Amino acid sequence: MQRRKTEEAVFKGLMIASVSIVAAGLLTIVAVIAWKGVPALSIGMITQTPKGGFYLGKEGGILNAIVGSLYLAGGATLLALVISLLVALFLQREYIGKSRWAGVVRLSLDVLWGVPSIVYGAFGFVIMVYLGMRASLLGGIIVLTLLEIPIMARALDEVLRAVPRELKDASYALGTTRLETSLNVVTRQVLPGILTAVLLAFGRGIGDAASVLFTAGYTDRIPTSLLDPVASLPLAIFFQLGTPFPEVQARGYASAVVLLVIVLLIAVGSRVLSRRLTKYVVK
Amino acid sequence: MISKRRLADLVSTRLMLAATALVGVTVLFIAVMLFLKARPILATNSLGDLFLSSSWRPSRGEFGLFPFIMGTLWVTVLAGIIALPVSILGALYITEYAPPRVRAVAKPVVDVLAGIPPVVYGVWGLVALSIGGIAIGFNVLSGSIVLAIMVIPVILGVSEEVFRMVPQDVKEASLAVGATKWETARNVVIRSSLPGLAAATILGFSRAFGETMAVLMVVGNIARVPSSPLDPAYPLTALIANNYGEMMSIPLYDSAILLAALVLLLVVLFFNIAARLVLIKVQQKWA
Repeated sequence: MQRRKTEEAVFKGLMIASVSIVAAGLLTIVAVIAWKGVPALSIGMITQTPKGGFYLGKEGGILNAIVGSLYLAGGATLLALVISLLVALFLQREYIGKSRWAGVVRLSLDVLWGVPSIVYGAFGFVIMVYLGMRASLLGGIIVLTLLEIPIMARALDEVLRAVPRELKDASYALGTTRLETSLNVVTRQVLPGILTAVLLAFGRGIGDAASVLFTAGYTDRIPTSLLDPVASLPLAIFFQLGTPFPEVQARGYASAVVLLVIVLLIAVGSRVLSRRLTKYVVK
Repeated sequence: MISKRRLADLVSTRLMLAATALVGVTVLFIAVMLFLKARPILATNSLGDLFLSSSWRPSRGEFGLFPFIMGTLWVTVLAGIIALPVSILGALYITEYAPPRVRAVAKPVVDVLAGIPPVVYGVWGLVALSIGGIAIGFNVLSGSIVLAIMVIPVILGVSEEVFRMVPQDVKEASLAVGATKWETARNVVIRSSLPGLAAATILGFSRAFGETMAVLMVVGNIARVPSSPLDPAYPLTALIANNYGEMMSIPLYDSAILLAALVLLLVVLFFNIAARLVLIKVQQKWA
């Protein structure tokens, strides 16, 4: 009996240690980034684009990368939302939900979710070379859209599936078409879920570097057209840390703070918003 | 005369079908495009030279991917070994042991960790592993530690779902015959979840396998086959990311790089499909 109790205690200890490691992982990431980055952070850093000699440690900021990342992730999230919503609605009972195809589509979405972002990047690069396109905002948006679709479509599918059947049946009993029920009843019912999915995909899009490395390029200017190259925060961090100058490296850490803050705000925001919007959902 | 409402319904259905078909063929399209681009090098260099040779000299037409493949394997496997026990024990604690208050905190922590960008993990790795305390340096071990923290949310998240599927009455049956909580966890929860845990592990491994930025920043990037965790490595993903700029300048270079991308894709696809099929089976078992 004593031995069994010891075993219980040992493993419970190991489990608590494991959970602590996970929590400590998050804490040290936030702490390390803040410790290295916050001292180098200034108003100028987030309101100016790079000036001459920026990459040698002179004047300027990373506004180009902040705006670029927002453009890239914003555009991709919008496109991904349109496509994912179509796909997710199509997976429901009214459409192909009852056939075997629904399972096949879900499986392929799950598999797409696992495709490494560097592969998306290489693929985007091949297509752009083939079409004679230069690295541009449009190229980056398209590749990020591909990256975001599986995340968003699968998340939307989960929330759409949870819509009570009675609710839909009540709508159909009034003589509505599938489209009308989907748009007026279902999507409203799952608005909090849609928002969570959008923020999840946006967060993934804004943080990804490997896919935009080939396709979006990098520039010190804020793009004015879809065909201009565009800077992004992850690459700004990567390039600045890659230089041998301590001042520039310090700015790389500060850029990491900016990215981390955006991502954490998204995480907190999606929780708060989804809780608040849930009030209006028919239970 | 078909009514406007019917027409809208019809058109929207077609659009949905088109979007779904588009998404469905994406993987195939990516694979085919990469294969077409990799074909020139598959035609001139033998498979043995490409996959088993260690000599990477693009200017001489030698494209041995072996050091990169081994680099990827070293980093991935070591990351998995570190992440696996932590993830499974953590998931077990969250589903079976944790008081509701701890659970309410643990879930968001895992979610936030999953949402942190790879490049931030890389920065953390650079600072925490090279400066703070023990200097581990740029090598396989550093890469694996960073990757392990990155894939823990993946393995832990899926394991948690798998554990949660085990019906309550099965656990209660075990407790009723006098098993301790841990014995129930070990003999009932873990044992009946083994296929699901395997799937969770595979998903975590394939995430690690394809990760680029975080690894690239801490692993050293020297094209030699590592012989210990303290040697530097040069994974496939880093090879692709570091060389896209010059890959048009040397003949067949781009082909070799895209072959590396194709290898990554095929390996990840194979493992992902296997893992997902297992998970579907697990779901059916408890349904």
